[in-house]
Amino acid sequence: MARSLDSSHVGSAEKGEWPKPLKAEACELSFYYGSRLVLKRVSVPIAQGNITALIGPSGCGKSTFLRCFNRMHDLYPGTRYEGAILLYPEGRNILDRQVDPIEVRMRLAMVFQKPNPFPKSVYENVAYGLRVRGVRDRRVLDEKVEQALRSAALWEEVKDRLSALGTSLSGGQQQRLCIARALATDPELLLLDEPTSALDPIATGNIEELLQDLKRRVTILIVTHNMQQAARISDWTAFMYLGELVEFGPTKRLFTTPTNKQTEDYITGRFG
Amino acid sequence: MIKRRKYAEALFKVLGLSSLALAVGTLALLFGALVVHGIGRLDWQFLTSFPSRHASQAGILPAVVGSTLVMLVTACAGIPVGVAAGIYLEEYAKRTWFTELIEVTVTNLAGVPSIIFGLLALGLFVYMLGLGASILTAGLTLALLILPVVIVTTREAIRAVPVHIREAAFALGATRWQTVADHVLPYSAAGILTGIILALSRAIGETAPIVTVGALTFVAFLPPAPITSQPPYLSFEWLMSPFTVMPIQMFAWVSRPGEDFAANAAAAGLLLVGMTLTMNGLAIYVRYRMRKRVFW
Repeated sequence: MARSLDSSHVGSAEKGEWPKPLKAEACELSFYYGSRLVLKRVSVPIAQGNITALIGPSGCGKSTFLRCFNRMHDLYPGTRYEGAILLYPEGRNILDRQVDPIEVRMRLAMVFQKPNPFPKSVYENVAYGLRVRGVRDRRVLDEKVEQALRSAALWEEVKDRLSALGTSLSGGQQQRLCIARALATDPELLLLDEPTSALDPIATGNIEELLQDLKRRVTILIVTHNMQQAARISDWTAFMYLGELVEFGPTKRLFTTPTNKQTEDYITGRFG
Repeated sequence: MIKRRKYAEALFKVLGLSSLALAVGTLALLFGALVVHGIGRLDWQFLTSFPSRHASQAGILPAVVGSTLVMLVTACAGIPVGVAAGIYLEEYAKRTWFTELIEVTVTNLAGVPSIIFGLLALGLFVYMLGLGASILTAGLTLALLILPVVIVTTREAIRAVPVHIREAAFALGATRWQTVADHVLPYSAAGILTGIILALSRAIGETAPIVTVGALTFVAFLPPAPITSQPPYLSFEWLMSPFTVMPIQMFAWVSRPGEDFAANAAAAGLLLVGMTLTMNGLAIYVRYRMRKRVFW
């Protein structure tokens, strides 16, 4: 923890492989469940307007890492963060005790592994983030809901049944609804936790395409256990193993010439 | 080998079926006896008359009104407190030895004999707070009685809302209260409401604690009307009125000699069972209707 928090110390990223400008940056982030250390001094930069993918075998801590960004662990007792996550442009450590987790969640949005729409109408699902923020004006809500649904490439499919239950949509539609819900509040950083693992290949393709469109507007950090997916959609990739960051670099480079033996073994399918 | 296992299978079938028959049969027999004895007396006159020395002129009106008003007080006092306590325990309270202790206590309270609640109420409401043998006292007593049931069912209903729904709300920046009010409560309302109705249907048949706090057995008047002709048009005098409730009225009739009073008791019993069954039916209907719109 005493080590410097600037970006110059990370060994695995070679010169010219450090993204710029940054939207956020994890600096020596450690995380404990009770006394169990599950993240060990993980440092990963999140490039603005890019897609950063976190890959690694199950249980490597990538989801735990992602959930640190919007302080999801605060909801459960016995969890502890060490180190920092800096959110740019102001460069404040969002793990600081002084920072209200709700304030963090107002700026970062999250999409979960299993589609989890509320058992409310499609409209209310998308509008909920705005309602939480006190938006009452019907016109503003209508406009934002349509915008978000269009951004999530769902508008054409649901525009005639905005009052249908969100939970009555198909799996792929539900996940796009969750993405729309996350986008409605114009987040600065979109966190996705294996968003396609519960979906079929066609729905997965739709969402990958969608993310490519979205990254122009919002920085994306995605956890995936699917290496092909990481290779297809991301600009930067971080490979984690047993709670540690093994290698970080531009996706193309990392998948073609990994510098670390473990990374190579993993991406060539020798373990994981 | 197979034969012996099949034999065990058949044996259990017979055993289970006869247990079921015994349980349902007893209930049917009881209910049948009530119907046979009571249905003849269950008419408009019976429902709208005061008790009388003459069995044929006696009615159950004060008891029905009394039961209704007591239930009203019970519901107003017991439901908000019980639901709030359930929400607090499930959503807010940190897991410590103290909350564990409270949980165990609440669960055990549900099993305490109801007359104990009557004794507590006699000391607390009647003597200490000086509320007398009133509708208010009876209502609060039954509220105490159903509180543990309401708390436990509320918690169970809340717990059925999956974690990922809560996380979705929190991730959007909702506070804990927003998550509870906008999501957890609406989605668990069916379960909570079912618990409340079942608790009330238990309370309406309670006799022991009501006797303990001093309900009358012969009431020839109605409590003061809650709506008056003078401003402020609302009166809460009825809260302090003496009263009786249906099970007590029924007991009073049973304990009198003579066939005709027994018929009155049966009719009152029929009415009471009818009300309880209606409430249970309502609980099932509410659950069915609301579950249809909530799934994940």
